[in-house]
Amino acid sequence: MTGMDEPLEREVAEPRAGAVANSERIAVAVGLKMLGAGAVLILLGLVLALSFLSPYFLSSRNLGNILAQTAVICVVAMGQHLVILTKGIDLSVGSNLALASVLGALSFHAGASTLTVIAVMVAAGAAVGAINGLFYVYGRLPHPFIITLATLSIAKGVALQLADGRAIPGMPPAIRSLGQEAFAGLPGSVFVVAGVAGLMFVVTQSTVWGRWMYAVGGRADAAVRMGIPVSAVLVSTYVISGTCAGVGAVLLAGRTDAGSPLFGNLLELDTIAAVIIGGASFLGGRGHIGHALIGAIMIGVIRNALNLLNVGVFYQLIVIGVVIVVAVEADVLRNHLESRMRVLRAETGP
Amino acid sequence: MTQHPPEAHPQRPVLCVRGACKRFGSVVALDDVSIEVNRGEILALLGDNGAGKSTLIKCISGVHRLDAGDVVIDGAANVLRSPADARSAGIETVYQDLALFDNLTPAQNFFAGREIAGPRWLPRAMRFLNKREMDEQTRALIRSLNVSLPHLDGVVALMSGGQRQAIAVARSAVFARKVVILDEPTAALGLRESRRVLDLIGVLRDRGNAIILITHNMEHVTELADRAAVLRQGRKVGELVPTRDNKQQLVSMIVGA
Repeated sequence: MTGMDEPLEREVAEPRAGAVANSERIAVAVGLKMLGAGAVLILLGLVLALSFLSPYFLSSRNLGNILAQTAVICVVAMGQHLVILTKGIDLSVGSNLALASVLGALSFHAGASTLTVIAVMVAAGAAVGAINGLFYVYGRLPHPFIITLATLSIAKGVALQLADGRAIPGMPPAIRSLGQEAFAGLPGSVFVVAGVAGLMFVVTQSTVWGRWMYAVGGRADAAVRMGIPVSAVLVSTYVISGTCAGVGAVLLAGRTDAGSPLFGNLLELDTIAAVIIGGASFLGGRGHIGHALIGAIMIGVIRNALNLLNVGVFYQLIVIGVVIVVAVEADVLRNHLESRMRVLRAETGP
Repeated sequence: MTQHPPEAHPQRPVLCVRGACKRFGSVVALDDVSIEVNRGEILALLGDNGAGKSTLIKCISGVHRLDAGDVVIDGAANVLRSPADARSAGIETVYQDLALFDNLTPAQNFFAGREIAGPRWLPRAMRFLNKREMDEQTRALIRSLNVSLPHLDGVVALMSGGQRQAIAVARSAVFARKVVILDEPTAALGLRESRRVLDLIGVLRDRGNAIILITHNMEHVTELADRAAVLRQGRKVGELVPTRDNKQQLVSMIVGA
């Protein structure tokens, strides 16, 4: 009898230990899935709560407002996303946008055509982005923080100097209507956002270049050894980020019918926050365009909600700051869960 | 010191390093080192820490450039300016740190820097990824190498040490046409996982690749290697056919006693 009991017990005991590990594995997997979908869930919850709290929130006029106000953050955040994807940061986007808008306004007053004005703004943004990227990579700077902080200051200074410290009113009618009018019930800027998003999605998800961005963001030294042109990939992300700032300048100049050195104040914060809140990893290599868009819209919704609920403007900064901390902690938690998952898989087998 | 000269092979060695010299500042990392490997042969590269093994393979895989000497591939001297040069010359390297992208899937790792994409008239970077073809080839390769990877669509970050090592070795198998270099492929692995990787190395050899294997495990050397070259303080101090009987001799060559 006793001789029979022992092996039986062991047979029962082993699957039980496996079951404990398995249930933890399932819990970790569910946690990871929730974190993956977290931003979308929070945004939906936010929208649901607000639709009860304020009768105006879901009105088409208010939703249109949110979209129009968020369009600039959306476009610039998508560029910022690519920089963050490759473990970088672009602090210069706000100043870059201001400089681009001033150059656009000046060229308009100098008699340039609509298309030229747009081209000037977009090219100015791209040029500042190129300076960022080239100095970071070929100037062998330790971190993009430094060069983009420098161009934040320089671009702002140049813009203030050129515009004599004031806004320069006047934009071509086409740019104005793009920023102010609705087409098919949607603000014109929404179409620009959709166009940029579509293009970026295809580039990052379907082209070799996009795959290289993810590889560089995942591990730059490995990318070098795999023969990926890391320097060119890095520079390109800053050029794209700058170009997005230029497109943002077109939208903002259209909406306000002016170019101004004061545009884009704290835009670097908004866009970085959007990318992180949306669920892309600050540690690089993770996330997609959708994350930047969801994060930007969430910032727009939070601002709008605080306005509708008559919460002071100063609180908005505080709330957004808190949301950033929560989002970054979620990123840290995700990394922790992933390493736990690796351990569990090694213990219990595939 | 008695040395057994390697038997003369009738075939031409696929990789031949002649008179390799490399210094970093005042430190001489490699001093006139010559090695050669034939197709279907495993050369163990032995030596204590700092003996110059890693420098030598980094020069062969294009990470460093030799100060003097030649890397001759299939009889033609090549200047390897970059890892990309070495890869396109048919030399694949499995680095000690694996050089895997944690944020990518196994298939994306296999084809990183070598993506299958089209159409051909576009500049390479602008081409569209042929994901289905890459997934297909990855699955076929995993099957043919007999590697067990349950989560082919998950990112590498979620995989165990043995699985990651297998992915790194398998990646070299995708493109290796001539030489595969492995830098301590079993150092971080348990017994069972080491066995799988060693089997994988055997498969790469049987496919006609020349293998250069860096390892500290003498069991693996006597089991797998056809020849062993020993480096000490940047110089080659000997080369012999490893057997169970001359293990002690190898060890004394390594430590210089």
